[in-house]
Amino acid sequence: MHRYMLRRLLLMLPTLLGVAVLVFLLMRVVPGDIVEMRFAEGQFFNAELVAKERARLGLDRPLWRQFLDWLWGMVRLDFGLSMWSGNPIAHEIALRLQLSLQLALMATVVAVLLAIPLGTLAALRQDTWVDYVARVFAIAGLAMPSFWLGIVMFIILLAVFHWIPPMVFTPLWENPWQNLAQMIWPALAVGYRFSAVAMRMTRSAMLEVLREDYIRTARAKGLWQRLIVKRHALKNALLPVLTVIGLEFAFLLGGLVVTEQVFNLNGLGLLFVQSVARRDYTLVQALVLLVAFVYILVNFCVDLLYGWLDPRLRYQ
Amino acid sequence: MMQTRPPIAAVEQASRARPLPRWLRGGLRFARRWPLGAVGAAIIVVMILVAIAAPLVAPYHPLETDFAAQFSPPTLAHWLGTDAFGRDLLSRLIYGSRTALLVGFVSAFVGATLGALIGVASAYFGGRIDLLMQRLVDLFLAFPIIILALAVVSILGTGVSNVIMAITVPMIPNCARVVRASALAVRQMPYVDAARAAGYGHGRIIFRHMLPNVMAPYLIMLTAYVGQAILLEASLSFLGLGVAEPTAAWGLMLRGAAVEFAETAPWLAIFPGLAISLGVFAFNLFGDALRDALDPKLRVL
Repeated sequence: MHRYMLRRLLLMLPTLLGVAVLVFLLMRVVPGDIVEMRFAEGQFFNAELVAKERARLGLDRPLWRQFLDWLWGMVRLDFGLSMWSGNPIAHEIALRLQLSLQLALMATVVAVLLAIPLGTLAALRQDTWVDYVARVFAIAGLAMPSFWLGIVMFIILLAVFHWIPPMVFTPLWENPWQNLAQMIWPALAVGYRFSAVAMRMTRSAMLEVLREDYIRTARAKGLWQRLIVKRHALKNALLPVLTVIGLEFAFLLGGLVVTEQVFNLNGLGLLFVQSVARRDYTLVQALVLLVAFVYILVNFCVDLLYGWLDPRLRYQ
Repeated sequence: MMQTRPPIAAVEQASRARPLPRWLRGGLRFARRWPLGAVGAAIIVVMILVAIAAPLVAPYHPLETDFAAQFSPPTLAHWLGTDAFGRDLLSRLIYGSRTALLVGFVSAFVGATLGALIGVASAYFGGRIDLLMQRLVDLFLAFPIIILALAVVSILGTGVSNVIMAITVPMIPNCARVVRASALAVRQMPYVDAARAAGYGHGRIIFRHMLPNVMAPYLIMLTAYVGQAILLEASLSFLGLGVAEPTAAWGLMLRGAAVEFAETAPWLAIFPGLAISLGVFAFNLFGDALRDALDPKLRVL
């Protein structure tokens, strides 16, 4: 078990290194660099000034030097400075991370509350109208773009209540009411899609588990249906659901680019788009590495949870 | 009494007289067993027909501006209203289905096919090659999709073919992983060993013996990807990183004026979103039924 964990942790390193190389190269291949982007806004464009600015940012050094310097910084957990704003990247990210983290957590709560009861119910009543309604609800959730759901929410709120959610972010501890009034809508819009993914997994996993021998045994010895579902079936069916929830959560942290824009949220997704547009190399690199790290870490944690929930699994 | 029941020979003759074509019988059986899938398939067929016959179906040209009828609400002349330039929304939705289907089909086909090839090759060769492929797949899966798409569009610029590229790239590793899992089982089959013993080349075994046997996951991934590609195209276009104006595309129609004037002209925001949802919905319904029919245990995330 400990050897397995150690091996898994070591295997994270080559993947992270690959992500680092990929994002570094990708950003250099994108035409135009940060200096051009910044001077494109002003009128004067003077070659000497551009060269000086590039030298200041260290962009005139050979690529391998730039890469190794950046990597060495990452190893020491020193994310460096944003090329655009000059602020420490850790600071820039921390500001947005609260918001993205809160949204991801709220969406996960919405998803779990919807997905597990509905998915279980659909599996228990397979091929009845309950099942069909639940499935159509889920497939519709996968089909509707979350950002469009956000727009529709605004339209409905405005038409019915003549009210729109606050547009300026207030941290939860400053004014929880204000904060929730703003965050509940994106959480619902994103959570619906998320719940659809999780519900489909719950349903198919439940269907599989319900056909197992031990469920038949439990029925045969006259256990209550409710007890069978809760204790015997659901606990085992939740394994794959957990994977989906973990992966989706990791995606929510950095992938909500469009939804954040609709709800005017200044989260990690918006920071992503802005920093790519500005060619803020250091910031994009740090962000991508962070998101990849979270994704890999979540995968790892889910694997560990598997072993805890299902002792039959052997780690090799 | 004997007369009322037709003799067996006559029944046989009657049924032989009008045999349903095989594809229709298969389709009917599919519809009876998976009604939701049949609904999805029907919507897809209608969408394809509308896209092909767009010039005949659309009441106006999608680029035709009418400044006398800017922001017209749905009326008899403009069933779904008009946009900021007085362009007919219904016509733009109809032409937009061409963009959506083109992007959806091409990127799903290329992405799933390349992914399947990589997955099968990885499973077939095994050993170091397999390990290397799996590391590469892990790498791409950990890489945020939207950043990959952003980078591709920044390098190549906006436009339909570049968007297709941006959407296809992240699909390949995903499909490779799912197909590899099935291909590993096929790899153990005696006929693969037999083919090798017969001295066939690697290429021949991969294409002729292994690929046909992973068709089920391949087809399932393919249908699932069409819907996802349409959704991703809409997101990219909405961000201004996809298809460029004045091309009619659903995601693009939601950008700008649709959000700005959501209060006074809600039809601008509602209908294109409904079109996206309906299209993706149909492909998902059909894809689900296809999965149940071909490989019920496969889990497509």
